[in-house]
Amino acid sequence: MTDSREVHINVPVMARVEGGGALALTIRDGRIDMLKLQIFEPPRLFEKFLEERNYEEVPDIVARICGICPVAYQMSAVHALESVFGISIDGWVRDMRRVLYCGEWIESHALHIHLLAAPDFLGFPNAIAMAEQHADIVRRGLRLQALGNRLMHLFGGRSVHPVGVRVGGFHHAPSPEEVATVVHELRAALPEAEALVYWTASLDLPDDEQSFTCVALRHPGEYPMNEGRLVSSGGLDIDIENFDSHFAELHVRHSTALHALLDGRPYLVGPLARINLNCDRLPESVRRVIAATGVRFPSGNMFHSVIARAVEVFYALLEAIRLLENYALPKRPFVPVTPRAGSGTGCTEAPRGILWHRYTLNGEGFIQSARIVPPTSQNQARIEEDLRVSLESYGLDRNEQELRLRGETVIRNYDPCISCSTHFLRIRVDRQ
Amino acid sequence: MNPKPKIAVHKFASCDGCQLAFLNAGEKLLELAQLVEIVHFVEAGMVAPDQTVDIAFIEGSISTPEHLDHIRAIRCHSRFLVTIGACATAGGIQALRNLADADEWIAGVYAQPRYIRSLATSTPVSHHVKVDFELWGCPVSTSQVMAAIRQLLFGVMPVDEHDKVCMDCKRSQTVCVMVTQGVPCMGPVTRTGCGAICPRFGRDCYACYGPAENANSLALGRRFEGLGLTSEAIARRFLFINNAAPVFAEAGRRWSGADD
Repeated sequence: MTDSREVHINVPVMARVEGGGALALTIRDGRIDMLKLQIFEPPRLFEKFLEERNYEEVPDIVARICGICPVAYQMSAVHALESVFGISIDGWVRDMRRVLYCGEWIESHALHIHLLAAPDFLGFPNAIAMAEQHADIVRRGLRLQALGNRLMHLFGGRSVHPVGVRVGGFHHAPSPEEVATVVHELRAALPEAEALVYWTASLDLPDDEQSFTCVALRHPGEYPMNEGRLVSSGGLDIDIENFDSHFAELHVRHSTALHALLDGRPYLVGPLARINLNCDRLPESVRRVIAATGVRFPSGNMFHSVIARAVEVFYALLEAIRLLENYALPKRPFVPVTPRAGSGTGCTEAPRGILWHRYTLNGEGFIQSARIVPPTSQNQARIEEDLRVSLESYGLDRNEQELRLRGETVIRNYDPCISCSTHFLRIRVDRQ
Repeated sequence: MNPKPKIAVHKFASCDGCQLAFLNAGEKLLELAQLVEIVHFVEAGMVAPDQTVDIAFIEGSISTPEHLDHIRAIRCHSRFLVTIGACATAGGIQALRNLADADEWIAGVYAQPRYIRSLATSTPVSHHVKVDFELWGCPVSTSQVMAAIRQLLFGVMPVDEHDKVCMDCKRSQTVCVMVTQGVPCMGPVTRTGCGAICPRFGRDCYACYGPAENANSLALGRRFEGLGLTSEAIARRFLFINNAAPVFAEAGRRWSGADD
């Protein structure tokens, strides 16, 4: 049976996402005629004004691309710059960078689960309205979020645009007393984080199996954060340096963020892609909790992203405790660097997925060119593909209000970070 | 009972970091929702951009043609308009494009520049409408925002904290990094509010809170020369997060030789 009505769905301002975006959808004769995730976040031209800046200024500049994931920007940048200078980081600095990243994952994921996503699954317009009936859930989420911020404070002085990171390491090492206090708080929060995993698994999530390609970093011995090779569920396994030989970015009219494709096809980055490709790298204690929920990874249900986020919150708490429990002050919290000319690549796992940076420097350490590929621009094509599939399986004959809400829920499930998706990306291929 | 005062949080060109002063507030966010009605705050899920409010908080700089209409409309239906952060208050780091040929930048990097609607400049809100109070900082903190709300609700204008970062270092007995390590710290010209976190971490302040009152940028620039910085390096110190704040813009022009 065909539906002869024509439906226009227009969400001019997407709520509960980070940054400015919109959804436009036309259904004609029972099928989707037009569908666009529009990104109108104004470009801020970061890659351009990184040029002619000194390498020392880069961590403070790139943090400003995103208020929710500044650590990710700082981490991809310092790793890229260190590869130009030919230094590798190990020991204390490597461990503490991982702790800092745990802080950002906890903060960003807890914020998304409770303030942005959960109202969709429990039927509320926002988390403040949700808190009136689910106070304990919201407060638990806010406490976990605060704990993530606490870890970032420890190494960065503040959680938004932290100031502790430098090329080669950190400006400052926190005292063992401060660290011991935080470890105590992390331990105390473990039962809450474990309960969060069970709670997300108990949500009435849509059952929507899809086939899609996952992309994430993969490291020989650990769940990926700062290091690894780029792998996909389709068998890709490359050095981060070779990103351009498989990934291409396109500039489309309805978005100030570029769309990225892997060998011409949309792909997924972020917590679900990460866990689908790296579940075996999680410690036994985390895998036991996953098994007890009944959810299996790899999962083709995009809505299991919210569970993947909760699992990563739990894992990040355990990992931060592991790395901090025998904390000792280092002789020096950084490795001295000597600038030299060259190009270097950095790719790390931001809360929302792989964040790829490449810089070319002159011999005095000044940036000559910069290129940044953020996770949300990579997910854009996948979100549009998912919207088509999800709305069709949901039923295009439903009323506009239902279709609109389901469309928004699908988009929010990706935790799109629209502010950081929009800034300049140099285009190698123009297939317009 | 009187209805609760209404507040709105609007976003322009920004990183969303200042909105986190609300979203990272933890339990205080729920407390705030008891005190006021949050009628518009897109990231938190409230969408009513045209409702009349008692306080409108503005994050982000004015950088597209649509922004111009939008900020004027907000002004018309807001009793107090308060900017939060370096973008709304001083144009943000993205105001660096004001010093360059923005069209050329866009054409140089976007494959289809005609798809991009953007003004040539990124400007503070106060260039376009009357601003009742400015909260400086990149980012602003929860305590700054909550203090401003409390004060406005009590019917007084918030206190403008415009001391220098140096004062915070003295109060917290932080060792001066410029004196002891010779690093080019911007603390002597920078507004307090961050808690002097950079000097406390043993590094230079980079002026993310904008100019302090009576900032003597000329004397500080000369001190940097004495530390061995080139004039270009001194200009870059001023032309950073708050590059379009008049005192810093002027210092940047002087040291980059643009005034010659």
